[in-house]
Amino acid sequence: MRIPFPLARLTALAPIFLALGACKMEVLKPSGYIAERQKDLLLASTGLMMLIIIPVMVLIVWFSWRYRASNRQATYAPDWDHSTKFELVIWAAPLLIIICLGALTWVGTHLLDPFRPLDRLSASEPAPDQKPLQVEVVALDWKWLFIYPEQGVATVNDLAVPVNREIEFTLTSSTVMNAFYIPAMAGMIYAMPAMETKLHGVFNETGDYQGLASHYSGHGFSGMRFKTHALDEAAFDAWLDETRAAGGTLDRAKYLELEKPSENVKPMSFAQVDPELFDRAVNMCVEQGKMCMAEMAALDKQGGTGLAGTMNTGALTRDASIRRGSGIAVLGSAPFQVNSFCTPEDSEKMFAEMRSTQPVTRNDPAPMRGLALPRPDNRLGIIDMPRIIQDARRDNAVEPKL
Amino acid sequence: MAIPTNVETTFLLGRLNWDAIPKEPIVMATFAVVAIGGIALVAALTKFKLWGYLWNEWFTSVDHKKIGIMYMILGMIMFVRGFADAVMMRIQQVWAFNGSEGYLNSHHYDQIFTAHGVIMIFFVAMPFVTGLMNYIVPLQIGARDVSFPFLNNFSFWMTVGGAVIVMASLFVGEFAQTGWLAFPPLSGIQASPWVGVDYYIWGLQVAGVGTTLSGINLMVTILKMRAPGMTMMRMPVFTWTSFCTNILIVATFPVLTMTLILLTLDRYIGTNFFTAENGGSPMMYINLIWIWGHPEVYILVLPLFGVYSEVTATFSGKRLFGYTSMVYATVCITILSYLVWLHHFFTMGAGASVNSFFGITTMIISIPTGAKIFNWLFTMYRGRVRFELPMMWTVAFMLTFVIGGMTGVLLAVPPADFVLHNSLFLIAHFHNVIIGGVVFGVFAAINYWWPKAFGFKLNRFWGKVSFWCWVIGFWVAFTPLYVLGLMGVTRRVRVFDDPSLQIWFIIAGIGAFLIACGIGSMFLQFGISIWKRNDPAYRDVTGDPWNGRTLEWSTSSPPPSYNFAFTPVVHGLDAWTDMKAAGAQRPRAPYIPIHMPRYTGSGVILAGLSTILGMAMIWYIWWLAAVSFAGLVGFAIYHTFNYNRDFYVPVNEVESVENARDRALAQGA
Repeated sequence: MRIPFPLARLTALAPIFLALGACKMEVLKPSGYIAERQKDLLLASTGLMMLIIIPVMVLIVWFSWRYRASNRQATYAPDWDHSTKFELVIWAAPLLIIICLGALTWVGTHLLDPFRPLDRLSASEPAPDQKPLQVEVVALDWKWLFIYPEQGVATVNDLAVPVNREIEFTLTSSTVMNAFYIPAMAGMIYAMPAMETKLHGVFNETGDYQGLASHYSGHGFSGMRFKTHALDEAAFDAWLDETRAAGGTLDRAKYLELEKPSENVKPMSFAQVDPELFDRAVNMCVEQGKMCMAEMAALDKQGGTGLAGTMNTGALTRDASIRRGSGIAVLGSAPFQVNSFCTPEDSEKMFAEMRSTQPVTRNDPAPMRGLALPRPDNRLGIIDMPRIIQDARRDNAVEPKL
Repeated sequence: MAIPTNVETTFLLGRLNWDAIPKEPIVMATFAVVAIGGIALVAALTKFKLWGYLWNEWFTSVDHKKIGIMYMILGMIMFVRGFADAVMMRIQQVWAFNGSEGYLNSHHYDQIFTAHGVIMIFFVAMPFVTGLMNYIVPLQIGARDVSFPFLNNFSFWMTVGGAVIVMASLFVGEFAQTGWLAFPPLSGIQASPWVGVDYYIWGLQVAGVGTTLSGINLMVTILKMRAPGMTMMRMPVFTWTSFCTNILIVATFPVLTMTLILLTLDRYIGTNFFTAENGGSPMMYINLIWIWGHPEVYILVLPLFGVYSEVTATFSGKRLFGYTSMVYATVCITILSYLVWLHHFFTMGAGASVNSFFGITTMIISIPTGAKIFNWLFTMYRGRVRFELPMMWTVAFMLTFVIGGMTGVLLAVPPADFVLHNSLFLIAHFHNVIIGGVVFGVFAAINYWWPKAFGFKLNRFWGKVSFWCWVIGFWVAFTPLYVLGLMGVTRRVRVFDDPSLQIWFIIAGIGAFLIACGIGSMFLQFGISIWKRNDPAYRDVTGDPWNGRTLEWSTSSPPPSYNFAFTPVVHGLDAWTDMKAAGAQRPRAPYIPIHMPRYTGSGVILAGLSTILGMAMIWYIWWLAAVSFAGLVGFAIYHTFNYNRDFYVPVNEVESVENARDRALAQGA
């Protein structure tokens, strides 16, 4: 072996260096403060690891060369197999680096938690005491629905947001798992059916950026991309006016139609949106009469509905994913839905309650506890179980005997 | 081809009908090639009257060496299939720019990336690893076979059964279009109503039985069948890493089995374990599958760490540096591998504290792994390093793997993972560690132990051509993916609209072509070596062509069916080096009869019935499922009444084998 190994490797690595200068490395040159911080952490970690990787690679090459069999000058110690000093170094050196990296990770993970409201809009500008722009995101098959609850408009596969304003994305999905990713703004987060995740981000530069689905979700996955327009304040207002002027209404019926699988969908907009729509999408009860997940959870929390729970079922009026195929478990029962006990007024009250979130609390200076999963509050205590069930349960209640 | 909806099921054939045969030209052409090749093979075997030989000497064999070789052959065949999938993806991603849809529709493309992952992990890497352990471990510990020889044969055929099921999906029906871990709800009956996911489930379940049983088998073998004097801390490092791998297999594969059973229940009887509605939780599946999936990575790589240790010590002509710390590092990795699964889905939205915990445990694994790298490094230090092919692969591994390890630690930092997860950077990372760690190691092992298995060395020239094509090809193929990942390009995408990305995919395609040359040269290397096997330059009569250090080199190449005429006695680490240093002579008569297990066809029959059961369940052919299940249970019971399981190799046969070895040694000397 005469040719040193690393030559091949260096030439192979050349494109990476060329690319760093020439290409749109969105991850390394982002336009939003959060992505910027994530990039900083990426580079810092790389740097820390280089402290050990480079010496190791040099040693591998050097030892391979120096102790090659044909080099009779080199010392040969066939029985040398232990050195406490070396052992100490080879365990301690990586350990020290991992301690540093671990500390960086712990702090960075908490500060950049997607659920956490931003502390700053940019390196120089602390976050003002202003409510973030709310955007509700639903991953449909195979397009993205964006609802602006405060502005009362909605778009499909087209996202416009103001720059230098915190954006709070609330995400869910209609059928399968997906992930929402705007590389230039902030990292990705899963969008999952019957669940709600959050992502906080901000743009610091105007421009058009790519947004995409980053978790494989079926046949139309590749076309599930959207343009993100980061606009200044005036342009954003103009965009809103335009969207309102364009008309269109997104109510529950329209949503059910929109939800049907379709690929490579062109951008759409709606001037009016049903305010309950997103909560209903999360709770999988957009169609009429179906019990919302939240209602079901509240009933279950109170001990379930007993026998009554077996009677309030009905044929499935709609099932989002059933349109992908036949979809009935061959040896199981036909798909069914659980009908709601709530009156329309109850539901309205429930959803109103859900939306009344507390005012934004900026983080206290001791931020290391994370803010991902706040304890669920009992926002569903309002549901009145049918009296008959409550009576039955009270009658059957047995005192626990110890 | 669209997925058939509302398929009629008939009693006789379930949902199997003429529409189930894909009519796409690519599949038809592949089928034609496979059919012609298959017919030619069958014809050749029949013409040369080889069926009896194959059945009697190989298929029914319980000899761990033959089973090991069969595992390696299975791995090679499936490797060609998996690589063909990779090439098709590369071509599609070069093609599908500027408004072009490429040449694969989504139904086809999505099956290909799923099949590529499933095949490469379950039917390439696993058979390679199991095959190596099967062949080497009993020889290294001075045993005559594994603890449960029949189980070993059965395990192998179950793995083949799983592979057959997965391969059948190419020509009948479809494979899953879900990604290699089949996350629900996408893999649920509603989003994936046809047979793809069922092929996935039953293929893995049948093969999984084999893997679990072979794990138990090898674990017991290592614990109970070591030669006298070989304490745990005198076991060769390869045996140690194999031991840890089999512990991992035994502890994690049941999780996979159970998870897939729950998914099967969701799909077949309509339960709601992993659905989004009615109380199910898809997140539970993702957790469970990665609780298996992460240790699986170490199941694959640990034995190869053992290979690198053996190779480095042998070719440096030196004792392994820091044996004890190597062993403890292996054990640390084994334990830690259970504490990191969540790093595969930081982006699912667990709390920052949970993410940090799993991020940091992941980084901690790099400490023992780093220690191992240093140990190999200091084994070379003050050695006399002979750069034979196995050593070349080992140095290439070290240089490649540290980069892969570094990008792995990067991905373990949750905020960095938020921008790199599911991107091509991730793809580049795990190919960096799996190709750089596992595949290079398998090639090192093949070049290292081939003379032991067959009695002749491999051709060096074509081995080197293969080596350089592979190493350069690997970097050309995967460096662009690192770059693309940093550009925010994610995995499993079929069509692109940004034309500036195309150049990177072209470079990656060139890399794949170089790798193809590497694979071609490797097969050429095997072919030429087999052709010239009697050439003195290739022939190994000593049984110890590399000046090895462990017991497998003390017996002949290839070893006799009973491995050792006399069970060796071990006095320290590197038992064979010690024997050579002490000038130990081969023990002579009086030979005694050797107790050996008898070959049996039961493994083939049981695995065949399991495969039929799997296919019947996939296609809803209930009568066939019932019959094959009854047959399976019935035959298993019948097999327990077979008391004719062992025999003694008579003294005169031992004598004649050993005398032949004497003559060979004298001739070589």
